[in-house]
Amino acid sequence: MKLHEYQAKSLFADAGIPVPDSRLATSVDEALDAVDEIGYPAAIKAQVHVGGRGKAGGIKIATDREEAEQYAEEILGMDLKGYTVDQVLVESGVDFVDELYVGVTMDRGEGKPVLMVSTEGGVDIEEVAEENPDAIAREHVDPAFGLHPYQARKVVYEAGVDADVALDVASILSTLYDLYEENDASEIEVNPVMITSDRDVVAADAVMNIDEDALFRQPDLAEMAEESYEDDLERKAGEYGFDYVRLSGNVGIIGNGAGLVMTTLDLVDYYGGAPANFLDIGGGAKAERVTQALDMVFSDENVDAVVFNIFGGITRGDEVAKGINEALEQFDEIPKKVVVRLAGTNAEEGMEILNTDLVEVEETLEDAVQRAVANADEVTQ
Amino acid sequence: MSIFVDDDTRVVVQGITGGEGKFHAGQMIEYGTNVVAGAVPGKGGQEVDGVPVYDTVDEAVEAEDADASVIFVPPAFAADAVFEALDTDLDLAVAITEGIPTQDMAKVNKRLSETDTRLIGPNCPGIITPGEAKLGILPGNIFSEGNVGLVSRSGTLTYQVVDNLTERGLGQSTAIGIGGDPIIGTSFVDALEAFEADTETDAVVMCGEIGGEDEEQAAKFIGEHMDTPVAGFIAGRTAPPGKRMGHAGAIVSGSGTGTAQSKIDALNDAGVPVGDTPEEVADHVEDFL
Repeated sequence: MKLHEYQAKSLFADAGIPVPDSRLATSVDEALDAVDEIGYPAAIKAQVHVGGRGKAGGIKIATDREEAEQYAEEILGMDLKGYTVDQVLVESGVDFVDELYVGVTMDRGEGKPVLMVSTEGGVDIEEVAEENPDAIAREHVDPAFGLHPYQARKVVYEAGVDADVALDVASILSTLYDLYEENDASEIEVNPVMITSDRDVVAADAVMNIDEDALFRQPDLAEMAEESYEDDLERKAGEYGFDYVRLSGNVGIIGNGAGLVMTTLDLVDYYGGAPANFLDIGGGAKAERVTQALDMVFSDENVDAVVFNIFGGITRGDEVAKGINEALEQFDEIPKKVVVRLAGTNAEEGMEILNTDLVEVEETLEDAVQRAVANADEVTQ
Repeated sequence: MSIFVDDDTRVVVQGITGGEGKFHAGQMIEYGTNVVAGAVPGKGGQEVDGVPVYDTVDEAVEAEDADASVIFVPPAFAADAVFEALDTDLDLAVAITEGIPTQDMAKVNKRLSETDTRLIGPNCPGIITPGEAKLGILPGNIFSEGNVGLVSRSGTLTYQVVDNLTERGLGQSTAIGIGGDPIIGTSFVDALEAFEADTETDAVVMCGEIGGEDEEQAAKFIGEHMDTPVAGFIAGRTAPPGKRMGHAGAIVSGSGTGTAQSKIDALNDAGVPVGDTPEEVADHVEDFL
């Protein structure tokens, strides 16, 4: 789960990390009130979960009120890579002479958190990692002990940070690690950390992702997650508790188990279709979950046809069939053609129950996907 | 032969009095697994389906001579349960639980490196040696005895591929779901190494998915150390970067590492054919045997 920049920065500020003065605004008037308080130059930054906001036109620096108004008008309501901007962070401009990259993330291969520091801040760190990997200093942290303060200093010196600010940067890094642990973050990135002409150190950007599996013990962050949905369907999926990802195609996909659902997406693509979503109903789903899943996919206006693929382990075919019947029998006319494939536990019982006046049935995964792709093509032709 | 579990494995079920634990302990027993004990704090002295329950894993092992554990404990308490299994020096612990916080698993992983216990999972369907023992939630009826080893990050995808194999008369030696989390106990390489050493495994299927670099490392291992032929499958070709596809570990990073293509390329370079569909995977295995 991604936090917005303004959410992450409020956590930073509470922990004592220096951040620029800022206000959140949802209208041009609010944005102008904010710049009136903060002064110029002021950065106007779109609060959406997309990388490369600056390049895409989602961050502008205003030097006077006229510019501030113009940029706020431009950015509020703009479409940034498919997301509509409905709030901006208005932030005091920082007069900087140097930019650093600082981050904490989980190294999956090592199974340990890793600190990262680079003096090549302010640019795409992935490019730096690829072209000049030595420019990023790394230090692994033993998760049983936590961070030793010397490790933060070591990695900062190793990266070649200027001596007069090195301890300040190390202190920020230490605090970031505390935040990483306390908040069950999966990643925290500050790019850039700015060094001002007065040699102050300021966190000018903030990326913070939270481990969704830890939200049960992070009630405040779970609340922030609510504020973070940017899409009605994602919000709905969150309410239902589904693993859901929206994609750009027109074949709706419902299945059980992440690997099998991904495979179904891949097969839709392989057979010439375009997947509209990833929707995993999880293990052991009862009829009610199935109707909720169909409701989700039907309410996505991009979807032209649906494939429902279940291989039952702990999920039972008869429960799934019951749910499909219940969901479809409420319609006078089925809104989108649904192809069903049931295999595994109680698949035969499920096939007997399934109302085949309402759905199409296929025996294999491959056949089910091809039929759904053909159904979608029929609609678009 | 087989790997990791067989009909001598003596199993303690942690969380046997919960809904999932009770149901699947019953299923395991029905399959023929030696479920010798349950362990649930506060429930010592009870019985579930004739299986004696103890308050601690230590007591269960002491009393019933168990050497493996299966963990059905809710996410908030699961890391503690894994620590308990590791600290009891079992040969094998299988963690079925989905949703254990990654930072908890980092601590488990550290402890794991100091013990001789093998951990499978978490967030996995478990392990089965057809006809002998099943530790986990895999539906026993789709498996058949044979000489194909299978290792996979996903549960239901495993069932799909096993179904394709069984339908063609291609039985399995052992099938392991290693789990879909970012930090897991048994890697592809661990499983492949064991299959390579198993005289009754003549071919291996490896089902990977996007995220991390486990499949790339497996490809390297296959190229350098394996004579047993391996067929591959990689899920998530159409996954967009930055989105978690169900499994906590199934995510292509913004920089484009962990993509399906990089894994497919690595496997192909190691001489491993990768199926475009589950059926094609079964085709490759049929060609091997």
